[in-house]
Amino acid sequence: MARPEVALFATCLVDLFRPTIGYAAAQLIADCGAEVVVPPGQTCCGQPAYNSGDRERAQRLARQNIELLEPFDRVVVPSGSCAGMIRVHYPALFADQPELAERARALSLRVEELSCFLCERGARVTVSLPAPLRATYHDSCSGLRELGIKEQPRRLLAQVGGLELVEMRECESCCGFGGTFCVKYPEISTRMVDEKVARIRESGAELVLAGDLGCLMNIAGRLRRSGSGVEVRHYAEVLAGRLDRPPIAGAG
Amino acid sequence: MRAEPLSLREQARRALDDGELQRALAVVRRGWQDTRRRAIDELPEFDELREIGARIRDHVLAHLDIYLERFAERVRAAGGEVHVARDAAEARALVLRLLEQHRARRVTKSKSMVCEEIGLAEAMEEAGLERVETDLGEYIIQLAGERPSHLIGPAVHITQERIRDLFARHHQSDPDNTPEALVAEARQVLRRHYLEADAGITGANFLVADTGSVITVTNEGNAELTQGLPRLHIVVAGIEKLVPRMEDAFTLLRLLARSATGQEFSAYTTIITGPRREGDLDGPEAFHVVLVDNGRSDLLATRFRPILRCIRCGACMNHCPVYLAIGGHAYGWVYVGPMGAVLTPHFLGIEKAYPLPEASTFCGRCEEVCPVRIPLPGLLRYWREEAFRRRVHGPSVRAGLGIWAWIALRPRLYRFVVGLASWSLRALGGRRGRIRRLPGASGWTRSRDFPAPEGGGFVAGWNRGRRR
Repeated sequence: MARPEVALFATCLVDLFRPTIGYAAAQLIADCGAEVVVPPGQTCCGQPAYNSGDRERAQRLARQNIELLEPFDRVVVPSGSCAGMIRVHYPALFADQPELAERARALSLRVEELSCFLCERGARVTVSLPAPLRATYHDSCSGLRELGIKEQPRRLLAQVGGLELVEMRECESCCGFGGTFCVKYPEISTRMVDEKVARIRESGAELVLAGDLGCLMNIAGRLRRSGSGVEVRHYAEVLAGRLDRPPIAGAG
Repeated sequence: MRAEPLSLREQARRALDDGELQRALAVVRRGWQDTRRRAIDELPEFDELREIGARIRDHVLAHLDIYLERFAERVRAAGGEVHVARDAAEARALVLRLLEQHRARRVTKSKSMVCEEIGLAEAMEEAGLERVETDLGEYIIQLAGERPSHLIGPAVHITQERIRDLFARHHQSDPDNTPEALVAEARQVLRRHYLEADAGITGANFLVADTGSVITVTNEGNAELTQGLPRLHIVVAGIEKLVPRMEDAFTLLRLLARSATGQEFSAYTTIITGPRREGDLDGPEAFHVVLVDNGRSDLLATRFRPILRCIRCGACMNHCPVYLAIGGHAYGWVYVGPMGAVLTPHFLGIEKAYPLPEASTFCGRCEEVCPVRIPLPGLLRYWREEAFRRRVHGPSVRAGLGIWAWIALRPRLYRFVVGLASWSLRALGGRRGRIRRLPGASGWTRSRDFPAPEGGGFVAGWNRGRRR
């Protein structure tokens, strides 16, 4: 059987802020025996436009991505929110354009969030941490509620040698990022991320993991500002053994 | 002319600094979420029940005309009367006219959100009528001269100490600061009003088309006393409260109590059909139902129709991180939390209410807990589209979005811009890898550091052959 060709849709945030997540994701996908391609024409899934009510621009970006990604066997996205956008919202976006709706539906069947893809391919994690580390996992909203991502990252992380996963209370509560929400309503957003930070601190974890860079930047930004030394990373960095990179927002 | 938009951000700021409110909201978070969870864990078929509930509501909405007619027929057959009010003004006028016709001056009223919606309390006050709210929470609100801040717990924002003070002032009494003492005192005061009232006004949880019955649920029994003791009973209800059969009402009641308070069933469920009949021991001499449209039939024809499934349980707000941070009053109108953020723009216009649909991270908790599966985040997004279409934002917001999309639709240019942004933000971040103050992003940096890019865009880097 030929190696399946997997397009890695890195997402705009990973592309700009944290390439490490992209390289880690590519390595993990390749380790399950797939050919990784990073289509150079990728920009953004269109969520900022879609969630701002600009349906027309969201459609144009969606269309660009459909054309870009439909030639591949699979598309893997290291973000529940962007994967959800392509899988759940693209087909809905073209409700009034049957031809594009059909193409969006066809694409949506082949798009997968990274941890789901790895579990589906039966990926085995062999990395071990240089020193034992206690981590906690934050369930990002879109991944959890649109795609049902809950056990997959935990199952993968459980295989990492030296990593102890502890659950914080209210791990399914929103961190307050919400795209433009965090700058439109910064006070409410801050209150929400404060709740999250309090739960993280009481869990006793030294490391916070999640699958969405937006949430991670928000949590990391608040942790650093409040003087906490808890580190923040995408789960893919841990799975790929990339702890040599400084954590998101730098070390405490 | 531009309507002055609701000042949600201002209100939210105030709410976040209000210590009393914050203590009260912590109780909602701990109390109602947990009790709902426990109730649902004990009912394995809850999700199935939700499907059935949603289907019942959709069916009614699709055939509302038929069920309205049937309901009206049955009410008349039972000796009551049905009136339909097209808008809030008509509804107020109808209620006031009924009260006048029956020479009713002293009125008891149980909790009803639609009465808040039509502004009945103010209208009654202007008409010089005495109104006493009989739901304990509403009674407290009335004494405080405030507005409800929650669908089922209107006084949820008021702490026990303040209730004690309100009672002491208004009753010229000195109650103990215990829930028991306060409830006993309220009961004592309300009892007199029940007996003296000329008319009772209630809302309705459901209207049963097949039987012409009106169902109210309470935990205090106040709706029964409000409707059963005076000579006139007026029911005010939205037209969407209809269900076809009694059986359907009971399916929805099972969902309602569990979703609202985590009870299997509310303490009092009252079914009333028409006025007092020959041989009845109690009940009103006259029974009127005022059905309020107030834009609901307009909503039916739009993509917002699913909001009319709402059975007013409050689960969406009990689980909403935004509501739990700022409480109900910050939403600026009658309906609050996620369901309110969907309904209010319909009543006040999106030009005025656009800040409400924006006050959501689309986290999806509300949709997850809604007993009739209303896609609340989706409906909020529709409102954002409506706001965008009607250009309610200033030109800078639209221009920003336009420029970003223009670049994102040109991948080569986009790569260049990513490279530039990465380089400059990284320079700002320095060795620490974070930015403490970023011009134009103060909303972020006032409370959070801004993580600086690692450098070198991923997509460009990978395609140049970089692998880590």
